[in-house]
Amino acid sequence: MLETHSLTASYGQFKALFGIDITVAPGECVAIIGANGAGKTTLLRSISGVLRNAPGMVVHKGTPIGTLPADAVVQRGIAMVPEGRKLFPSLSVEENLLIGGQVRRGDARWTLETVYALFPILKERRLSPATALSGGQQQMVAIGRALMSNPELLLCDEISLGLAPVVIRDIYAALPRIRETGAAVVIVEQDITRALAVADRVYCLMEGRVTLTGPTASTTRDAVHAAYFGDAA
Amino acid sequence: MIWLDTLVQGLLLGGLYALFAAGLSLVFGIMRLVNLAHGDLIVLAAFVVLVVVEATGLNPFLSALIAAPALFAFGWALQWFVFNRVLGKDILPPLLVTFGLSIALQNGMLEVFSADSQRIRVGALESASVDLGLVTVGIMPLLTFASAVAVIFTLNQIFYRTALGRAFRATSDDPVTASLMGINPRSVFAVATGLAMVIVTIAALYLGMRSNFDPSIGPARLIFAFEAVIIGALARFGAR
Ligand SMILES: Nc1ncnc2c1ncn2[C@@H]1O[C@H](COP(=O)(O)OP(=O)(O)OP(=O)(O)O)[C@@H](O)[C@H]1O
Ligand SMILES: [Mg+2]
Repeated sequence: MLETHSLTASYGQFKALFGIDITVAPGECVAIIGANGAGKTTLLRSISGVLRNAPGMVVHKGTPIGTLPADAVVQRGIAMVPEGRKLFPSLSVEENLLIGGQVRRGDARWTLETVYALFPILKERRLSPATALSGGQQQMVAIGRALMSNPELLLCDEISLGLAPVVIRDIYAALPRIRETGAAVVIVEQDITRALAVADRVYCLMEGRVTLTGPTASTTRDAVHAAYFGDAA
Repeated sequence: MIWLDTLVQGLLLGGLYALFAAGLSLVFGIMRLVNLAHGDLIVLAAFVVLVVVEATGLNPFLSALIAAPALFAFGWALQWFVFNRVLGKDILPPLLVTFGLSIALQNGMLEVFSADSQRIRVGALESASVDLGLVTVGIMPLLTFASAVAVIFTLNQIFYRTALGRAFRATSDDPVTASLMGINPRSVFAVATGLAMVIVTIAALYLGMRSNFDPSIGPARLIFAFEAVIIGALARFGAR
């Protein structure tokens, strides 16, 4: 459903990605792991259209989308939960969700009701300013906001960032219910154990290159360790 | 009761300045663009209303209603083709471009409409007044003030009650994340400037009916608008 071909990305003079090839199949859950600065966020920003690339570097359902702007990419059914949540402070919780639903695709699998059913606490706080919520609740808003566009592919950038273990568990509990809708999910995660537990396949990035890929079932911790820190480690 | 009279007249005149300021503030709030040509755009709109009055013979209020959609389109295009190209991290290019536009507009209007001062005539309404007991107030200042209140109230409703307003606020907060929501920040900006031009048309209507105007008076209107925004601390729409 989604492929990248020799995807490169740079920030001015600085090259962040050196030819990344990944694929995501419909309904699949793919984990992307890697140390800080490996290029995980850059990869998701390239797919989602925040960073522009050459057309063929990102291909969605056979169509090159590398040059599409982010607002056109989300219309194709690729939604992103950005790193650091990026909620709109001027909007209430409910307005943040509604703005995610401004692009509504196909049948309305995700609505305010179904998002509130997934994260009931948000219904209680629906009129609060989004940034007045706790970190975990804010993360729920960010996920719900992305779901509101009924994506076929959900990109999640470090949804456990800065949260307590018990809160992380609550958030990850939503993942199976999201996958039930048939959506494919790409998860960027620092917690390798969790990434390997929830995903079907994993890619490990190091310094802008893929150093390991394979089904999570047959990926050993030693292999991850080597791919994560380089062969020297 | 001269002091009361002064107070009331001043308050009502404030309505005109609020109209000057609302468009400036709308654009600044959403895209952090300080439009130095705002005053000249008000004068341009006054000329457009005058042209419609003269061409159709309709009264100025109806003429402004006709001019407003055209000026919305003008504002939209101005944003889409000019301002959107210079918006970015650096605040200098938009300042230079709007400053240049201000000069171009003044000279363009001088060329087309000459330096003669003009007035939008409304007949008997110009001098009509109501006696409120302690003070007598003109109908025109009263209408101006009421229009300013209506414009600000409507803007507020748009901002806090509609999907467009939500998009305005989200884009003002963070254009990149807004684009992840399927919003094209550039077209949101274009609609905002179009809307600002509609407000400019209303301001121009009252400016033109209240006093004479000519192509050179724009910059002074800009100062009034600034004063209303800054000294009056009129809330910036769309920003917290
Ligand atoms: N806006 C930017 N300007 C310049 N360089 C950047 C920018 N964003 C990221 N980089 C650089 O690109 C490289 C990859 O960054 P990226 O954010 O993709 O890493 P990451 O894998 O997401 O890291 P983390 O785990 O810390 O989120 C890093 O070396 C980073 O310093
Ligand atoms: Mg990152």
